[in-house]
Amino acid sequence: MSDKHLQSSQRRKFMLGAAALPLALAMSRMGHAAALPTAQVNTTGLAITDTEVVVGQLHSATGTMAISETGSIQAEQLAIDQINQMGGILGRTIRVIKEDGASDWPTFAEKSRKLLVNDKVAAVFGCWTSASRKAVLPVFERENGLLYYPTFYEGLEQSKNVIYTGQEATQQILYGLDWAKQEKGAKTFFLVGSDYIWPRTSMKIARKHIEAFQGGKVVGEEYYPLGNTNFNSLINKIKIAKPDCIFAAVVGGSNVAFYKQLKAAGITANRQFLLTLSVTEDEMLGIGGENFEGFYASMKYFQSLDNPNNKAFVEAFKAKYGPRAVIGDVTQAAYLGPWLWKAAVEKAGSFDVAKVTAASPGIELPTAPEGFVKIHENHHLWSKARIGMGQADGQFKVVAESPELIEPDPFPKGYQ
Amino acid sequence: MDAIKHWLTRGGYGSLLILAVLLLVVFPLAMDLFRLNLVGKYLTYGFVAIGLVMLWGYGGVLSLGQGVFFGLGGYAMAMFLKLEASDPESTKIQSTPGIPDFMDWNQLTELPWWWEPFNSLPFALFAVVAVPTLLAFIIGYAMFKRRVGGVYFAIITQAVALILTVLIIGQQGYTGGVNGMTDLRTLLGWDIRTDEAKYTLYFVTVFLLLGSIMLCRWIQLSKLGTLLLAMRDKEDRVRFSGYDVSMFKVFAFCLAAALSAIGGAMFTLQVGFMSPSFVGIVPSIEMVIFAAVGGRMSLVGAVYGALLVNFGKTYFSESFPDLWLFLMAALFISVVMAFPNGLAGLYESHVKPWLTRRKAAPATTPEPPAPGAETTANIASPTSSGTASPTSKISISTKVSSQSA
Repeated sequence: MSDKHLQSSQRRKFMLGAAALPLALAMSRMGHAAALPTAQVNTTGLAITDTEVVVGQLHSATGTMAISETGSIQAEQLAIDQINQMGGILGRTIRVIKEDGASDWPTFAEKSRKLLVNDKVAAVFGCWTSASRKAVLPVFERENGLLYYPTFYEGLEQSKNVIYTGQEATQQILYGLDWAKQEKGAKTFFLVGSDYIWPRTSMKIARKHIEAFQGGKVVGEEYYPLGNTNFNSLINKIKIAKPDCIFAAVVGGSNVAFYKQLKAAGITANRQFLLTLSVTEDEMLGIGGENFEGFYASMKYFQSLDNPNNKAFVEAFKAKYGPRAVIGDVTQAAYLGPWLWKAAVEKAGSFDVAKVTAASPGIELPTAPEGFVKIHENHHLWSKARIGMGQADGQFKVVAESPELIEPDPFPKGYQ
Repeated sequence: MDAIKHWLTRGGYGSLLILAVLLLVVFPLAMDLFRLNLVGKYLTYGFVAIGLVMLWGYGGVLSLGQGVFFGLGGYAMAMFLKLEASDPESTKIQSTPGIPDFMDWNQLTELPWWWEPFNSLPFALFAVVAVPTLLAFIIGYAMFKRRVGGVYFAIITQAVALILTVLIIGQQGYTGGVNGMTDLRTLLGWDIRTDEAKYTLYFVTVFLLLGSIMLCRWIQLSKLGTLLLAMRDKEDRVRFSGYDVSMFKVFAFCLAAALSAIGGAMFTLQVGFMSPSFVGIVPSIEMVIFAAVGGRMSLVGAVYGALLVNFGKTYFSESFPDLWLFLMAALFISVVMAFPNGLAGLYESHVKPWLTRRKAAPATTPEPPAPGAETTANIASPTSSGTASPTSKISISTKVSSQSA
């Protein structure tokens, strides 16, 4: 038993090492940087000593969002542990101060001030919902902090103090719609979402794209309050409208009710094509694979992606958090945060926020589990879009992938 | 000298003086700006708590919907600030410059008519107090005239809190939805985010709070205050004496609403945004807890309650991010179990007798306690009913369960 355990843990270490190799090489090129004195790498009074750099982590560990944000917390911690194992950043070990935003936007604002003003952290990895990001954004801009934000979101935002490691709306939507038209022949769409800014903006973009660029037709557009669990009237409307495609952005607990009721009403994958923007492996745990089987999700990352980076990442993640842990799109995006920050700090040769953000555009990360990514001038990531088909075991089978990296465009012209 | 002493004890102003020194001198000197700003934020809940002392402790009416008024006051202030922050220059990236960003995201192309008056600060300040008071009047009049009270009233206030939350979240084009109104910057060109502004706003909050306490104290000492107490303890007898009981209740409800609204407006100014998360049921119950922890008969106690609970929340969640909810629950349970009359009750039952004993000890001939001391005891918790009313226990257990859920 113990022998076996030893073996597997050695294998894990080997895998980790393999994944880290390209970065380690990059490190050695920057070897001189490790010797940089603190006075030189930190001119703005951040919490940095000769051996340590302090960062903040601000997610909801409690409250309704905890279930979604836990994956991000774990992924960021994993990345930081891996970086520390490799010797840290500029020769300094990363120390994390964790704060709980408690699913409460004002608490997020309070805690972000605490991290920036009191703890003087060099960077913050955190936030999940748009509401929490909107609450902390003025604080980050005012105190000149640096936030790595992992969630796919509605766009319409660009801040010098934020690096967005998730997709903005067009990166997630346009490829999915084109794929639906070409592969599935979808001409009529029924749009349905939870009623807040992200689904509203996403559907606005989707409608423009369908009507103006694809010559398709939107036969229905419905929004339901967050937490809504009764979709019977929607299902009737769908049955009457008979769309080629249900295009969904229903979030949180509503998801579970939505897919169960669709199935109960006989709207299953063999009769109806459905493409969603809001179901990842994490949501599948709640929905149940049997209720989502055969439906499609448009994301940039799926746990089942077949490449060496992702294999090592999944292995390391499961080694740390147990074999049943699942990894969704946002979890992977959260994992990129510390690595992108490391690369930018090393390029800048400094922890100063202004220098790190100036160095960020053009940073490339070939070791990302989703594959090669690059930071755009607008602080979003160039990344690919992928379509996954839900499986009964709660995983996705990747059925399509954009051939090129898609340029982030948070203020899309022609879609306003 | 005696006159001053008498004034201090008679009016219970001694404890107010201590609070004033603490808030105006000790805290600003002992804390850095970040912590002081947090205290300022906690104090805005203090407004709600003293409103509840008047409504619940004195009037005997428990409202579980004070977040509604806190939120409305906060939103009225936020609307003015948002309009000022949305000048055409800084919103030129939008499809319709000059309107708040969330309206633009929701495809609104012009400012709704009912937003227009909020371009004026005097109107906004008027609305901060007037809108919540008017709503409280309508609800109070409808309920109390029909002699709806007790638990039924508490449930209706909860329903109002839920309705308003759903309304705000649903009408996101007009209200900012679940995000709330964020990124508020200036008040008539004065940047509310600077350090000096934060100091100024802190002191404005403290003075408003002390002023509110004095106003409530004045009401308590007047005939009106006596009537409120009488009404709480024997409503029918007051009614049979020829008083219109319902209008007194409406008054207490409106007063509590107006105070909460001022707290909400100061909250918006200090924190820089307003969101529907203050309007709902959970925050409303939390506000009742502030008053319960502080002692629902004591105005000053209620402020300490708000400070203590929020300090606890911040401290526990910073020091034990994984455990803090359990620690908060332990705090609430121990308050209810150990001293049901809150901090003020603790003071009355333990600290006061000890002080009197100490005072009496050096004197060679033991004198009966000064009449002044007795008066204060009565004022801090007149007719303290010994145990907390069942409603206070209910509200706290609700809170605990919602937190652990």
